[in-house]
Amino acid sequence: MTAPVLSLTDITKVYGRGDAQVRALRGVSLTVERGDYVAVMGASGSGKSTLMNILGCLDIPSSGRYLIDGVDVGTLDERRLAILRNRKIGFVFQSFNLIPRMSALANVELPMAYGGVSATERRTRALAALEQVGLSDRVRHEPNELSGGQQQRVAVARALVTSPALLLADEPTGNLDTKATGDVLEILDGLSEAGRTIVLITHEDDVAAHAKRVIRLVDGLVVDDHRQAPVDGPPPRSATRTQPVPGGAS
Amino acid sequence: MSRLEILRFALRGLAANKLRSFLTTLGILIGVAAVILLVAFGEGASQSIQKSIQRLGANTLTVSASFGGGGFGGPAAGGSRQGNGPRTQARQLTLEDAKALADPEQVPSAKSVSPVVSTGSATAVRDGASHTISQLVGTYPSYFEATNKPVETGSYFVNDDVLAARKVMVVGKTVATELFGTANPVGEQVSLSGVPFTVIGVLKESGSSGLGSQDADDVAIVPLPAVQQSLTGFGALSSIVVQATGTDTTTSAQNEVTAVLNQRHGITPTGSADYRILNQATLQETVSSTVGIFTGLLGAVAAISLLVGGIGITNIMLVTVTERTREIGIRKAIGAPRGAILGQFLLEATVLSLLGGLTGVLIAFVGTRFTVAGIEPVLVPSSIALALGVSVGIGLFFGGYPANRAAKLRPIEALRHE
Repeated sequence: MTAPVLSLTDITKVYGRGDAQVRALRGVSLTVERGDYVAVMGASGSGKSTLMNILGCLDIPSSGRYLIDGVDVGTLDERRLAILRNRKIGFVFQSFNLIPRMSALANVELPMAYGGVSATERRTRALAALEQVGLSDRVRHEPNELSGGQQQRVAVARALVTSPALLLADEPTGNLDTKATGDVLEILDGLSEAGRTIVLITHEDDVAAHAKRVIRLVDGLVVDDHRQAPVDGPPPRSATRTQPVPGGAS
Repeated sequence: MSRLEILRFALRGLAANKLRSFLTTLGILIGVAAVILLVAFGEGASQSIQKSIQRLGANTLTVSASFGGGGFGGPAAGGSRQGNGPRTQARQLTLEDAKALADPEQVPSAKSVSPVVSTGSATAVRDGASHTISQLVGTYPSYFEATNKPVETGSYFVNDDVLAARKVMVVGKTVATELFGTANPVGEQVSLSGVPFTVIGVLKESGSSGLGSQDADDVAIVPLPAVQQSLTGFGALSSIVVQATGTDTTTSAQNEVTAVLNQRHGITPTGSADYRILNQATLQETVSSTVGIFTGLLGAVAAISLLVGGIGITNIMLVTVTERTREIGIRKAIGAPRGAILGQFLLEATVLSLLGGLTGVLIAFVGTRFTVAGIEPVLVPSSIALALGVSVGIGLFFGGYPANRAAKLRPIEALRHE
């Protein structure tokens, strides 16, 4: 029996004090098994970004218990949190968040540099990751020389290069056009098929349709938890990839 | 994550904004170069002044008679006394005084004692050419060594010449040129106030002494009895030059000389002395401490510019941290430990200041090759070490605050920063 990748128990998050107090999360409990592909949906202000930040150990919950791979995050100090972010979590942000003036290759190598991987192994793995997202011909380009879709694919490569237990994507297609959205979702589908655990945040139904499980948040509470495909099977859209209508097209 | 890796990140961060890095470096560069250069010029000035003092003779005390404010010459008439102490009778310096000072029992710190009689001017004539020597000195052979007057051609006179009162003379360069032109004066006859003297040596040119307008080479030195016999008469001595055995004994020599003369001249501890002692070492100390103050002032001005350069680094690092807050957030999100962020920004600041410091040292090295306003700068190694150390220290200290701020940022706050 393996521990679930994520296990949240009654997580709350309160911002501010007194009159200005905002309760972004009001007690979220959630378990994500290994190999699952979860889409968290909700309108803006529903608390989904807050949830994402807590999942990614970027923010600390006000109360509740949160385990990653069986490790209680609340007990970790800052140094261990950094190691945890480095080893267990891969981030894909809405605004790509690549480091400017560093080549795609250097960006992908960065988490491994902080993780203490040797230079030669880093190079090999970074090139492999870039190949996986179809950017082998763009390794020397800097972010400002790449299109949005290409930048997001570099970000995906950076997120998966450390083989994290969890891939977190915060509206990864939010800033992309239809074509690039299709490309990125296709990559995510492929990763899911390969057994990677993915949690994706979106407010687009078309994007959520790629996930095996869809969770809806309203006002900081889970209101709907709906499974679209079994945990150990392929993602629902993956099988239809060969069909002429691409996923995400409106 | 290795240190080399962090250094690479730091260098990449600096290379990303070359102009800014260059300007920041410039601040430190100017500061370091200014400190080293100004201290070098100060040191050069101090050394050249000390050299010209040393030309006057090393470790010597010059004892001369003092009569109130009057000069020497006339006997100690009661009217010329202006002392207010219970001085009974102002006495002149005599050969006996000099002999007493030469007693190794009483003045163990003295290496040699040379009684000196000097006349303001004497006219020297040779084959129709005439020259007024501004300083004619009658003394003992030890005078040459004590006052640092080496002979260039010919020789010194010796004790026998003094005992026999031989009419021989050693002349300064100016005298030799005036009377003989380019010819070799050694062995020639010169008549001083009608008395024939044989030139036996020419002093090495000492150059202008730097102190006073007198030409130090316009001098003739003859045995003491010779000048007394023929020119001044057997009166008082003008001065007694006492050479101490070493630099560290000049003070004790001065004390011993004072004790002997006080006893001989009957001066009570409360009375004012009828002689004064000019201590070469004291003079040198005074001058070098004065020069030291100026060097210190120059260094302080330069240090301020170094400090301003350091504040420039803080400023730039603060701007850099603010500007790259988002980047810091990204780095933290993908697992950069606090130490790596701190190290990167600290190293950026240190590299900036070290680069500026080293270039500053280089420029200072080049700058000290030039002579400015007759001062030959002398590099002081400790000033280089100090300037470099301070510049690196500034980098660490002033870079520390922004770097710490960057490292302490919470990833979520850093990521939200626009």
